[in-house]
Amino acid sequence: MFSKRKFSLICLALALAMFAAGCKKKVPAPAPPPPPPPVVVPEAPKPAAPTVAQFTAEPTSIQRGQTSTLRWEVTGSVTSVSIDQGLGTVQSTGSNRVNPSDSTTYTLTATGPGGSITGSATVNVSAPPPPPPIEETKPTVTIDQAIASNVQDAYFDYDKTDIRSDARDVLSKDAAALKSILADFPNASIVVEGHCDERGSAEYNLGLGDRRASAAKEFLQGLGVSADRLKTISYGKERPQCTEQNESCWQKNRRVHFAAGQ
Amino acid sequence: MKKPIWFAVASAGALFVLMAQDARIIVTKGGIPAIAIPDFHGAGDAQKFMAAFNETLSADVKACGRFKIVAKTSLPTFVPQQPADFQQPTPPPAAPPTGGRKKQQPQPVVPPTGGGRWMQDWSSPPAQANFLAFGYTAPQNGVLVLQGWLYDLSKDTPANAQLIGKRYLATVDEAGARKIAHEFAADIITLFGGQSLFGTHIYFTSDRTGHKEIWMMDPDGKNQRQITRFNSISTYPTPSPDGSKVAFTSWVKGQPAIFVFSVDPVRDLRYYNQAASVNQAGSFTPDGKQIVYASSAGTGRCCRIFAANLDGTGFRPISSSSTIEVEPKVNPKTGTDIVFSSGRSGPQQVYRMSMDGADLERLTPGIGEASNASWHPDGQRIAFAWTQGYATGAFNIFTMNVATKEYVQLTHGDGKNENPSWAPDGVHIAFAKTRGRSSQIYTMLADGTQLQPLTSLGQNERPVWGR
Repeated sequence: MFSKRKFSLICLALALAMFAAGCKKKVPAPAPPPPPPPVVVPEAPKPAAPTVAQFTAEPTSIQRGQTSTLRWEVTGSVTSVSIDQGLGTVQSTGSNRVNPSDSTTYTLTATGPGGSITGSATVNVSAPPPPPPIEETKPTVTIDQAIASNVQDAYFDYDKTDIRSDARDVLSKDAAALKSILADFPNASIVVEGHCDERGSAEYNLGLGDRRASAAKEFLQGLGVSADRLKTISYGKERPQCTEQNESCWQKNRRVHFAAGQ
Repeated sequence: MKKPIWFAVASAGALFVLMAQDARIIVTKGGIPAIAIPDFHGAGDAQKFMAAFNETLSADVKACGRFKIVAKTSLPTFVPQQPADFQQPTPPPAAPPTGGRKKQQPQPVVPPTGGGRWMQDWSSPPAQANFLAFGYTAPQNGVLVLQGWLYDLSKDTPANAQLIGKRYLATVDEAGARKIAHEFAADIITLFGGQSLFGTHIYFTSDRTGHKEIWMMDPDGKNQRQITRFNSISTYPTPSPDGSKVAFTSWVKGQPAIFVFSVDPVRDLRYYNQAASVNQAGSFTPDGKQIVYASSAGTGRCCRIFAANLDGTGFRPISSSSTIEVEPKVNPKTGTDIVFSSGRSGPQQVYRMSMDGADLERLTPGIGEASNASWHPDGQRIAFAWTQGYATGAFNIFTMNVATKEYVQLTHGDGKNENPSWAPDGVHIAFAKTRGRSSQIYTMLADGTQLQPLTSLGQNERPVWGR
């Protein structure tokens, strides 16, 4: 069959050659077809070396103290997989959290019948930023806030400067609060303001306010509040808390009030 | 200078006799003479300042308390501007001058008048004035000129009637118009034994800027100007006797302390405060060389009365009480005694002592609260604030003869009336009236009449009348 075809091909070629020669010029012989590929006789299959399909660290950068996860997957014929840096022998697929203290390159070695192969993954460890310089511990409240929320006004009777029993209770609590505030604010001083209602004459009330502030200061001093950090200012009736003309308002104005010193 | 005054007083005296005989016509209140002050007119550019002029002239003459001002609606329609505008009255049968009108009006059945051209037009009903102020203003060579006359209408002719005939000069502006009005009014007031308040000032405290500051103004409330700008509390002003300085109390440095300022120009004269929780200004001595004040110095308790030099040196306590003693006011006539407020017998009362602290006596009888003593210029009377007869804090103004301790009540409720201060004329009193939440400064006559509000912006208090 093969020879028949070859023969017919040759005949065809000859016919074409004669026709062509008879018409024009001599046609060159056609180029020989390429040879068929050599037949490879397959050898007996040699076992392939294992492949490291994955070996990563996630994340690759950590701060000291944080952890990173190593993930690996080895394919192919494997007899053993190990990771250095103390991880030792591992399974062909797996993960492990590591927290190196310094930048570390992990090397995975996979060994099989076909040989060994390695892969590496690096975890970069950065040192944490330096702490801020040590400052004085600042209280979170201002002294004004501390006074406003912890120190109460003490009230007085009309044209009187002695400490009433209710004012005694208030000032006792104030003493504790003021000591605490003065400890928290070692450079601060406290102003003990003396106030009056509007009814007396202005100058006389200035005297009354002065005596109320002094009486409160002495009372606090008796309870251990440092006297040299308490300064009295009488405002008389010049700075009323309340401006209505009734007893409840007047009572509000007959007071000793506390404020932060300048 | 003494002669014309004597003449005027004598003529006024004669007038009172006349009024007493003919009470039907004039006397409305204690024989006070009636003065007609028609609106003056100005030539050319002067006219636009005449509203201020006329207002000032009338207000000053009225404020002196020595006249009844005739209502302008009662005045004749023709207003003489100079002596030549007066005419001799025509005898009754003759027709009054009509100014040459074409139409002949039928004669009304009223007494004949000159429409203002005759002196008697001003002295007879409805005007019924005893005196007439008239004149005019005109700009001349860049100067505002007032020609002012005062006539005694009881005289028979203009020539005999003239009490004042004078030229006054000022700048051609509203301030100038007010100035010549004040000066003309001052001459009229002086002629009748009064003392013009023109040139005096009322010092006071106002919070109109948002802070209590020291202010000053003219006695009619004009020319209000700010002295301190501390943006703190500055109050309790007290002027020096010559008006060149004002002492006051301020919180600008923390605790209340005394300051002394010159007034014109405004300058801090640097008063040295002795260490104390309270130093508060009181008053100057009449020689203007010392200040008496109240201080907590020494005792640590406000306050004793002290005296010191004007710069704060040489301070020494005068009173020795352990109670509150404040508001020292030195007798302006003698300089030897002090009135002040003290709580030594309970609620504050007005006391008097000598400059060395001796001869102490309580002036008020111990009822209610009494304070704010202020000397009359004669050094014999005080004005003060007292709650006697009223609720606590409801002060009213009283005056008291210091020798006899007899007192007179000038205000009667209608809010709180306090801080009286006598004017240099001894006739007027400035004080603070608080109604509701509004405190304003008023003047009145020392008999409690002629209440005049001077302030309206912000809260105004603590008036002190000075030079």
